[in-house]
Amino acid sequence: MPTVRAEKLYKVFGRRAEDAVRRLEGGVTRSELGVPGVTPAVIDASFEVEQGEIFVVMGLSGSGKSTLIRMLNGLLPATSGRVYVDGADITAMSGREIREMRQQTMSMVFQHFALFPHRTVLENAAYGLQVRGMSQQEREAKARESLDLVGLNGWEDHLPDQLSGGMRQRVGLARALAADTDVLLMDEAFSALDPLIRKEMQDQLLSLQAKLGKTIIFITHDLNEAMRLGDRVAMMREGRIVQIGTAEDILNDPANDYVAKFVQDVDRTRVLTAESVMSNPVATIGSGAGPRAALHTMREHQYSALFVVERDGRLVGVVTDEAVAQAAARGQDTVRDLIGSDIASVGPDTPVYELFAPAAESRLPLAVVDDDGKLLGVIPRATLLAALGQTVKAAERVIEEGGAHGAEEVAADA
Amino acid sequence: MREAILADGWHVPAIPLGEWFNDLVHWLDGNIGPLFDAIETAVQGSLDGITSVLQWPPSLVMLIIFALLGWWLRGWKFAIGAAVGFGLVDSLGKFDSAMQTLAQVIIAGIVAVLIAVPVGILAARNETASKVIKPVMDFMQTLPAFVYLIPVIFFFTIGPVPGIVATVVFSLPPGVRLTELGIRQVDKEMVEAGEAFGSTRAKILTQIQIPLAMPSIMAGINQIIMLSLSMVVISGMVGAPGLGAEVYAAVTSVQVGAGFEAGVAVVVLAIYLDRLTASFGARSAVGRAKRLAKKA
Repeated sequence: MPTVRAEKLYKVFGRRAEDAVRRLEGGVTRSELGVPGVTPAVIDASFEVEQGEIFVVMGLSGSGKSTLIRMLNGLLPATSGRVYVDGADITAMSGREIREMRQQTMSMVFQHFALFPHRTVLENAAYGLQVRGMSQQEREAKARESLDLVGLNGWEDHLPDQLSGGMRQRVGLARALAADTDVLLMDEAFSALDPLIRKEMQDQLLSLQAKLGKTIIFITHDLNEAMRLGDRVAMMREGRIVQIGTAEDILNDPANDYVAKFVQDVDRTRVLTAESVMSNPVATIGSGAGPRAALHTMREHQYSALFVVERDGRLVGVVTDEAVAQAAARGQDTVRDLIGSDIASVGPDTPVYELFAPAAESRLPLAVVDDDGKLLGVIPRATLLAALGQTVKAAERVIEEGGAHGAEEVAADA
Repeated sequence: MREAILADGWHVPAIPLGEWFNDLVHWLDGNIGPLFDAIETAVQGSLDGITSVLQWPPSLVMLIIFALLGWWLRGWKFAIGAAVGFGLVDSLGKFDSAMQTLAQVIIAGIVAVLIAVPVGILAARNETASKVIKPVMDFMQTLPAFVYLIPVIFFFTIGPVPGIVATVVFSLPPGVRLTELGIRQVDKEMVEAGEAFGSTRAKILTQIQIPLAMPSIMAGINQIIMLSLSMVVISGMVGAPGLGAEVYAAVTSVQVGAGFEAGVAVVVLAIYLDRLTASFGARSAVGRAKRLAKKA
């Protein structure tokens, strides 16, 4: 069951907003609407966020992403459309119900941290629980736990102004975590931080997420951040969601020229994983097979080596053509004694940029194995290079297909 | 026709504004007179109380109390300054008058703060209220003080009470303005954070907005007290005892020396109260946070 669902959400600022919604529903674009004093910020946004997923909303400034996130917890009322949180329609809730929903299910992390300067780090982290009416002792114990989680133990009695930017946002994160809600809204949470600190915070968020399994809706204008964090990414432009998909979907199959142009500068080696570039492991034999069978398979596929797998799919090792040929000449009937362990194996989630070093060191294709040691696929060097080549191809395609127009648009939006 | 108008000096027809106001004042006096009587009794009563408390100890004891208060709030340098200043007032023989004036300033200040802060909060939270309150405040602050002294004397008998009421009216606006400004200047994201964690508007006001606006509210209270002091001479004219009355008496009898002495006593009181109330802002939670951050 989806934790957060948006259904045909519209937000129009200004007078006669409903009229504007009706016209937008009829297919008028934001620039065509052209009514002074009426600003459509979000147009027809529909999506579902599953439990435990990091859903990133990515767009440049003015694309409506901050407005969108504020409609999810009712900080801004939607002009039209519905938002369901755990099945309950928050657009129909009373003020009191919505406050309870925010206390129990949805907390938020802000771009500029929004810490209270007159409260200590501990009191800041305990704020959400204080609002809920928890006793001081209990809420401070919980706040300490979440400060521990973000690595801020020892800083409880400091004031926010005494901390660095990265540490302040950790307090912001701890405050949201202490509230112990299932859903976390993060509005450009790392955008105000230096690049190195930002990277550090992204890593920390990912490792926390692996531990806590929250449902996170993350807003950003940084495509690399979106690709890095998002299980799924929604690309927004001029108030509309133009594509929703995994980072790889968006890279490999952009919905339109705008997205294609946008993603062409992304470092694909950081987004693509071993799993997405590997090919089927055809060159394998069972550990019980004989050397003649091995030679046959090698000739058929023109390989100089084969991966040996157990019956249950676990990778045992590798046999080379020389060893197999000698064994066949000696008349041995199994390859079991010939198996070498000289293989470079990687996990399916390893990003492509981490594959180059092992690929360079190994004569054989890289083996992709899961946690149980099962062989999932192989990555020959040629495949690795081809995966990089796609970047260039995609960019060329955009430029050839009248991409000049798209390029202008991207420049204007930036 | 045109020439006739120009030659004649055509004017906008007369509006009997003065007459209307006169009628209004008489109507108020006739209809809600008991309310004014009650206000007078309350103000006079609390004024008498505070005056007698301030005048009860010997002047030397009060001087030490003022110095200690200054030491606690600002430090030893200020304490020495306060002791020297009030010593001067005592040697001029103005200590009793100064305490009478101080009591009036305290009462006027308390009443003005009790009105100004809630009105300022209302204005900060409600656009319509803000639009109504702003011109009223402009009017109160710019209308010459003597003008509203006339109806005030009409409602109350001659003495300290009309002076205090006029002082409240005159000193109120900066308190309202600085309170409104302080609350409006609180970072929008802070208020949003309060809302996002499910806090109520009332709690956001008391836990976030007011503490963060405190330096500005304190500056408003400081202004209220300063303006109250600037009204003492006018209060003296309508019969309020104290330094103001002495200055007024000196003016009417052209006694340069006596007027100067009373004036110096007013200055001592003003500087002392200004520095004392200015230190409240620095002692608020946000002020403390800023100081700590600077040290770090």
